Amino acid sequence: MSERHLRVAKVSKHFGRQRALVDVSLEFAPGRVATIVGPNGAGKTTLLGILSTLVRPTKGELFLGDQPIGREARHTLGYVGHEPGVYPDLSARQNLRLFASLYGLPDAELRITQMLERVDLADVRGDLPARGYSRGMLQRLALARALLHEPEILLFDEPSSALDPAGVAWLVSELLRERDSGRLVILVTHDLEAAAQVAGHIVVIRRGRVALERSQPSGFTAAEVRALYEEALHDR
Amino acid sequence: MTGSFWRYTLLIAGKDLRIEGKSREVLYTMGFSAALVVLVFSFALSNATDPAQGPITAAGVLWAATLFTGTVALARVLDRERENEAIRALLLSPAPRAAIYLGKLIAVSLLMIAVEVVLAVIVGGLFSTGVFAHPVWLALVLLLGTLGFASTGVVFSAALLRSRSRDALLGALLFPIVIPVLLAASRATACMFDPLSPDLEPVAFWVRFLAATDVIYISLGLWVFEPVVSGE
Amino acid sequence: MPTTPSSPARNSTRLLVACGVTCLLFLLACLAIAEAPLEKVMGMVQKIFYFHVPCAWLLMLSTLVCAGGSVAYLFRGSERGDRIALSAAELGVLFGMCVLVSGPLWAKAAWGVYWQWEARLTSSLLLWLMLVAYVLARRYGGAAARRLAASLALFAAIDIPLVYFSVRFFRSIHPQTTVVSTLVPGMRGAFWLSLLAFTVLWFVLMSVRLSVENAQARIVELEVLLDQAEENKS
Repeated sequence: MSERHLRVAKVSKHFGRQRALVDVSLEFAPGRVATIVGPNGAGKTTLLGILSTLVRPTKGELFLGDQPIGREARHTLGYVGHEPGVYPDLSARQNLRLFASLYGLPDAELRITQMLERVDLADVRGDLPARGYSRGMLQRLALARALLHEPEILLFDEPSSALDPAGVAWLVSELLRERDSGRLVILVTHDLEAAAQVAGHIVVIRRGRVALERSQPSGFTAAEVRALYEEALHDR
Repeated sequence: MTGSFWRYTLLIAGKDLRIEGKSREVLYTMGFSAALVVLVFSFALSNATDPAQGPITAAGVLWAATLFTGTVALARVLDRERENEAIRALLLSPAPRAAIYLGKLIAVSLLMIAVEVVLAVIVGGLFSTGVFAHPVWLALVLLLGTLGFASTGVVFSAALLRSRSRDALLGALLFPIVIPVLLAASRATACMFDPLSPDLEPVAFWVRFLAATDVIYISLGLWVFEPVVSGE
Repeated sequence: MPTTPSSPARNSTRLLVACGVTCLLFLLACLAIAEAPLEKVMGMVQKIFYFHVPCAWLLMLSTLVCAGGSVAYLFRGSERGDRIALSAAELGVLFGMCVLVSGPLWAKAAWGVYWQWEARLTSSLLLWLMLVAYVLARRYGGAAARRLAASLALFAAIDIPLVYFSVRFFRSIHPQTTVVSTLVPGMRGAFWLSLLAFTVLWFVLMSVRLSVENAQARIVELEVLLDQAEENKS
């Protein structure tokens, strides 16, 4: 797995009159889960949009390693949002086949089978459209889709919302697994408990700015995360 | 446009057509609505029962019904991307935006043409008009007219993807723009349907006009689709 | 890009001068129109032409400027282009209404009917509808309203010749009634003066409308600067 860092340099994003992000500079390293937390409307989703190259910043740049990146870096990114990003009328295999073609993957069928086994969906009825899946199954399919093309960077946007505790536990274990395989993992969440279980790097976003940033390779306890969050929000 | 570009285009068109093939939702809802629009016109227009006016009425009603219900096809084909946020996964893939545009255009157009063929049969019956007298010309006019409508429609429908007012706005924004297409297509169709017209010269003329219009609209659509669909 | 602030006093003076020039031009134009010879067939009624045609020209100018601003906005993220596009579209709707009111008034006097499906009138109607659609799209288009409207403006601009020619050919089986009569030399001066007066009016209105949009953009910038200043202080 590559060692490149993902970096945003002095990034701002304005939507007409609305300022979603102001002067944000951050660096993310592989082998660590970076967790971006903050209140609703703080700009977390916009930041993730910029990191995934889907949103163009009004000011500032995005770097991978030393190179500024844009659309051409899409094959290095995998994304799991709180919506699974799959076609409800197609089955799991059909969905993955489509994305394998979109990413131009060789040995697609083998890869798809491996992914379905990885996320424990191999036993599901082959022709069942994704519409018939439970929420947990959909998130697993979403992860399979995101990992299919072996991306260098994994982005998660509120993936645990609408998941039951078992689902959240599964998600946490997957995040740690990807981190251990050397991927650069970024998680946006408002679930501080889940954040504490995985994070080695915490960023608190408040009103479009970085309110607080802390890096701890040994991880954080839930209490520490909550304390940091409170400190960042009331630091005025 | 390289080979891989067309690969992406056909991949996306194929995906949409396969999904439609499973549910046939667009075909049935658009088809049924269009047939009803034809019926409404039959009752609303008092010259509808005049056999001499048959061919012209048939052509006009065919295209009016197509336009009014074509927004259904446009809305549904783009809607599929919004369910489960599949659009984000699609936009994050290496697929060029222009290929996404063309793929959607092809899928929507094919679905609409399928409905139009059935509509042609219906108007032929209701207005006592022979509609398949010139099948090749008819196929050409249906194809070019539909492409003209859909090429603009896909852009607007994509831009309205997350809008609550999508259904109210789509037709309102689209119809003024596609009037030239409507004019050309219905004139050509009327000439084709009318057994008394001396020759098919007007059809040839309007077909050329439609082809030029389609080239212009599709070029503009290809150019404009990316910034419209990308995050600002 | 920050909008350059200019003092309110300077702005008012400039505006006053511009309004003065516009009024003067209109005065001269009215005098010229009164002096111009009467057209032999339609007489006094024909003089609507001095009002109707410049408005139609401004409708087209508005559409082209709107399209230009939309290109700048879509492809270079130019906020200024977006402001220009919106202002131009609104002016287009305004002058379009003038065309669509003066046209039927003239038509009624000249041919006895309020409407003719004639190429230029129909094109004006459709163009006006497209600009109305632009304004609707801006207001109700949701999150992507500005991009939606911008793409609409481009299709509208491209449609100008297409609509005109399709309607012209559509009507070719009927006799071509010319709306604009050929200009006798005595009329030309009045016509160009009138056209100039209207165009200057358009620029003045654009400038006023744009200054409103620019002021709003400036407020946003100042809010950002204020925020940053507060951050730096704490």
